[in-house]
Amino acid sequence: MPMKRKPHLSATFALLPTWFVAVVVFIGTMGWSIRLSFTNSTLFPSSTYVGFAQYAKLFSSAKWLASLQNVLIFGVLYVGGCLLLGFLLAAALDRKIRFESAFRTIFLYPYAMSFVVTGLIWQWMLNPTLGIQASVRSLGWETFVLDWVVNRDMAIYALVLAGVWQGAGLVMVIALAGMRGIEAEQWKAARIDGIPVWRIYVSIILPQLGPALAAAGMLLAMGVIKTYDIVVAMTNGGPGNATEVPAKFIMDNLFGRQNLGLATAGATVLVLGVIIAVAPFRYAMHVRSKAKGAR
Amino acid sequence: MARPHPSGPKPTQITAGRIGLYAFLFVAALFFLLPLYTMVVTSLKTMDEIRLGRIFALPETLDLSAWITAWSGACMGTTCVGIRTGFWNSVAITVPSVALSVFVGAVNGYALSLWRPRGANVLFGLLMAGGLIPYQIFLYPMVRAMANVGLYNSLAGIILVHVIFGLPLVTLLFRNYFVSVPEELCKAARVDGAGFWRIFFEIMLPIAVPMVVVVSMLQFTGIWNDFLLGLVFAGRDNLPMTVQLNNIVNTTMGERNYNVNMAATILTAIVPLAIYFLSGRWFVRGIAAGAVKG
Repeated sequence: MPMKRKPHLSATFALLPTWFVAVVVFIGTMGWSIRLSFTNSTLFPSSTYVGFAQYAKLFSSAKWLASLQNVLIFGVLYVGGCLLLGFLLAAALDRKIRFESAFRTIFLYPYAMSFVVTGLIWQWMLNPTLGIQASVRSLGWETFVLDWVVNRDMAIYALVLAGVWQGAGLVMVIALAGMRGIEAEQWKAARIDGIPVWRIYVSIILPQLGPALAAAGMLLAMGVIKTYDIVVAMTNGGPGNATEVPAKFIMDNLFGRQNLGLATAGATVLVLGVIIAVAPFRYAMHVRSKAKGAR
Repeated sequence: MARPHPSGPKPTQITAGRIGLYAFLFVAALFFLLPLYTMVVTSLKTMDEIRLGRIFALPETLDLSAWITAWSGACMGTTCVGIRTGFWNSVAITVPSVALSVFVGAVNGYALSLWRPRGANVLFGLLMAGGLIPYQIFLYPMVRAMANVGLYNSLAGIILVHVIFGLPLVTLLFRNYFVSVPEELCKAARVDGAGFWRIFFEIMLPIAVPMVVVVSMLQFTGIWNDFLLGLVFAGRDNLPMTVQLNNIVNTTMGERNYNVNMAATILTAIVPLAIYFLSGRWFVRGIAAGAVKG
């Protein structure tokens, strides 16, 4: 710590609105929601406490369970897909390529667009009667099937496809920046030792990009928990419950079905999910920074 | 001592590896560009042409009527005024939201890093935690609270909501920026008798211009692309473009006008895309800063 400061009135005053937001808006509303999840509230908040009944109802709801399963499948494939494709693109662009900046621009532009736009584009391309399927069939391959958005078993993969298309560029940007930061000496040494390029990327570059990629993965994973817009735009949860996700389940019960207790119980579970997802990562960062400090 | 010296330009002979590399990049570029291409050609076709089911074919004649309909005649439910109301709503929501959140974030970052008043660390911790929590848990109580103060379903209300939910990230970025500003600068100004606000406006804000640009890009695209908050808080008269677009496309009865839908989709995407293409590395810096906030 540098010197002891006198508490300064203007600084304290300037932060008052933010204190208000942090305490009243973030903590206050969260507390209110959690409280509601233990009541039998439906259209209006009620103060009749029912213990964990809403949670019991939640976890016996086929729709909620389906949404958890969906978000898990989507999350793993989306984050994994973005990381893999993003890293591959970065590694390819790192190989002294012509038109590098043009390629970079092409790979990143989807990230500037909203999930609604992304969902609508892919809904159109994957439309089985007029989209890619019809187009390929008209070329003569009459049995070609690409009906993911309307197929129960495949709809979730349609979301993954659109999601990876939108998000891979972000990982590419982060990975490429990391690769450019790696010292040339390491490259020279490895090349002199005759290590093939792909091995250098896997064994030398990848480990050094670990923290940056973990941060990107973390960010994407947080996005997964909040996944809502892309589902609404692309499949609206269907067919059946095939692409139902928790955030949408909560919104439907909150504003559509007037089922406050159940919705807030779902939201509370979502918050717990975030804490469980973030805690190990935070802990690892903490341990890492401590280890660095001790050295 | 003679060492093999791999310096100078890399060998770029045409090898199988190089061909493979370019092949991969071209296939990837095709994958990323195909949706944009499809949108554009679809928006220029007539419905008769679209019904032929050749999604990748170029339009036979350039037909701009879908664009005109999308802008000023497409229907959301029973009202048919096109996406333009949404466009202007989005402008009206985004511009003040960005200005306000950047300003508040800059003040926060400055106060938290260079003044560190009592409780600064606690506040910062709370804010960061708030930034991680899914919005769904805040929504209902916020709707009620906003309704109580008469801000629910109003332009001011949705702007306030964007500023509130933007605070964690914006504050973090400005705090990290101001932490790297030498403390002596602030101290010297204080010795000269400058107060909190004067130092902020005359020294710190000018220093922070690059960060202001980066954060503005980040906030602008983020708020323009928002769907959830606009849907919940904006009210019927102020629905942002994303929400209206979804209404046009996904609530249409009968046959969908795919050409109009795609034109409307492009119109919705065009502002963030323009920012991306025009601002280039600023945008990239913004998303990279937002991503590696750690």
